[in-house]
Amino acid sequence: MMTQYVHQPAFMTGDEFSIETFSLLNPDGELYPGGEEPALTRDHARRLYQAMLATRILDERMMAAQRQGRLSFYMQCTGEEAAVVGAAAALDDADMIMAQYREQGALMYRGFSIDEFMNQLFGNELDYGKGRQMPIHYGSRKLHYMTISSPLATQIPQATGYAYGQKLAGEGHCTLTFFGEGAASEGDFHAALNMAAVHQVPVIFFCRNNGYAISTPSTEQFAADGIAPRAFGYHMHVIRVDGNDALAVYEATRQARKIAVEQNQPVLIEAMSYRLAAHSSSDDPSGYRAKSEEEAWRAKDPLLRMQRWLAKKGWWSDEEEAAQQESLRREVLETMKRAEKRPPPPLESLISDVYADVTPALQHQLDQLKRHIRRYPDAYPRGAKSLDLTLSSATDTQGEA
Amino acid sequence: MATMNMLQAINNALDIAMAEDEKVICFGEDVGIFGGVFRATSHLQEKYGKARCFNTPLVEQGIIGFANGLAAQGSVPVAEIQFADYIFPAFDQIVNETAKFRYRSGDLFNVGGLTIRTPYGGGISGGLYHSQSPEAYFIHTPGLKVVVPRNPYQAKGLLLAAIRDPDPVLFLEPKRLYRAAVGEVPDEDYQLPIGEAEVIKEGTDITLVGWGAQMEVISKAAELAEEQGIACEVIDLRSLLPWDVDTVAESVFKTGRMIVSHEAPLTGGFAGEIAATIQERCFLYLESPITRVTGLDTPFPLVLEKEYLPDHLKIFEAIRESVNF
Repeated sequence: MMTQYVHQPAFMTGDEFSIETFSLLNPDGELYPGGEEPALTRDHARRLYQAMLATRILDERMMAAQRQGRLSFYMQCTGEEAAVVGAAAALDDADMIMAQYREQGALMYRGFSIDEFMNQLFGNELDYGKGRQMPIHYGSRKLHYMTISSPLATQIPQATGYAYGQKLAGEGHCTLTFFGEGAASEGDFHAALNMAAVHQVPVIFFCRNNGYAISTPSTEQFAADGIAPRAFGYHMHVIRVDGNDALAVYEATRQARKIAVEQNQPVLIEAMSYRLAAHSSSDDPSGYRAKSEEEAWRAKDPLLRMQRWLAKKGWWSDEEEAAQQESLRREVLETMKRAEKRPPPPLESLISDVYADVTPALQHQLDQLKRHIRRYPDAYPRGAKSLDLTLSSATDTQGEA
Repeated sequence: MATMNMLQAINNALDIAMAEDEKVICFGEDVGIFGGVFRATSHLQEKYGKARCFNTPLVEQGIIGFANGLAAQGSVPVAEIQFADYIFPAFDQIVNETAKFRYRSGDLFNVGGLTIRTPYGGGISGGLYHSQSPEAYFIHTPGLKVVVPRNPYQAKGLLLAAIRDPDPVLFLEPKRLYRAAVGEVPDEDYQLPIGEAEVIKEGTDITLVGWGAQMEVISKAAELAEEQGIACEVIDLRSLLPWDVDTVAESVFKTGRMIVSHEAPLTGGFAGEIAATIQERCFLYLESPITRVTGLDTPFPLVLEKEYLPDHLKIFEAIRESVNF
């Protein structure tokens, strides 16, 4: 550290620096003058957009299903599809993604099937998480997508640790972790960024600044100019990007990945966007924000922008759009019917995976529980049916292939 | 066979684990070139390089968050929290993340490679914040294993077992004994079982149960009782989660009496759990109430530390009361 002495006191606030927002496409899907199109192939660009579209449709249908009482809980990515899918599209598919909870678009991009989404949402016997977590807590080992955990920001220092292991393994992979601007207030955020900078870790910290942490607006979350300036305190590369511009997010993340993997340096990305839907199915935003504000952001819909750009390139058409929407809606409804009919995981899954092997104490507790259920079969939702499965060891066969 | 103190035994175990498996990585505050404030990680950075043994910034929640991610990636982190009193900023990462990683993912991901080492306990004039025994908070958390060694031989064998265990282990080191406990320790690699208690002295009149540094105190009380003709059976639990109910129950079937002793406060302490379990298992065999000899329900004191601690005389008195009940 170089110390420069001055002889008059001079205070700084950070206003000396201004962080601009990187943006490539205007809301009509046209490239801004001076902007350069990233080197995206037709197939890659279509894959990116189709994941955004599939996420939008899955979210619409599942929110409706939640309102019909078919699902206990749901969270939408709506409005932030460009930020999430654009980032995932810029990674190697074998890079680790450690998300917060609203990033199903990234998993959609990686190829998680609608059936796989549905099995988790309904917590049925095919759910990889064995029906243990609330809906939307997806995970996939084969797709390098860490299982979601409800506590906020815990994944951020974990991403630093995971990426440190990737650096030691030397296979050229990195980790990208998503979190909201609200979660960035947690101590884990600071711990993660500081450790990543000190230990030179190939991790990308991707902040979705969507304006709200449930009902709390970002103006009541921090006094500074967003999350981006915090990078200076850690001496970390940082970029702010238009989160509704899939191309800009893609290009920012692509370059961030290069810095991470080639220089073993962490990067902070702040994507400016807006949570168009409620926080979750349990939330009603009309109590804390104006309809007009929502409408202003709806006009900046990230799907429309990307779709218009693709159409101008001749890579997407209205007919394809209509056909794709139709087939996605049908697929969602069909898979939902399948998933909700499947039985829940067996009673044994109550005690498996607490440890690598079931301990004698846990086995004893399960045996006691079975005796109790046998005595009062009508008092439990699945009745004595849960006991029929005691002969099989169905949990052993469950999980990702 | 070499003579080692507990720190040397721990250092030796880490050395063996790091030499054997390059995925073993040691880190924490001051563990690098300095070798840790107690020197448990001495020379490991010199031997295995800065990438595998390093200082972290001063941030316990970050140390364990980082360790969780590293373990999920497939590495074998051995994270040090400098004093157990300072583990609480990492409580969320341990309780909500470490302990639940395998369960919540349906075994897609786990942090079984993780070992958290931390010195605990009083007797070193450390006052409130260098003396606590926080085991009960963690024993209440399914998914963790909690292990406490009582001497250098146990420390090496249990630490090697903890590092190689498929589940995350919180390894509590009795810092009062770091240099005070000296004993024969084999040079070679060996492991002691996690989840099994050890009967360290057989007796027929009363069962005394404890772990870690308290074993020395309990053994001293047993000697005093022996002089009065009371034959004590002394059991070191070694592993608090899971704990070896069978060994303790077998002993109480024989003796009909039990005392559990720990430094941590009485209320909500692990002795209560042991007492409840044993009275369920051994009710008709009990000759007197199960007794707990523990610290007071106060923060850990400084000047009055000797009065606070459950010393051999307090345990001896409890033994007398139990056999004369």
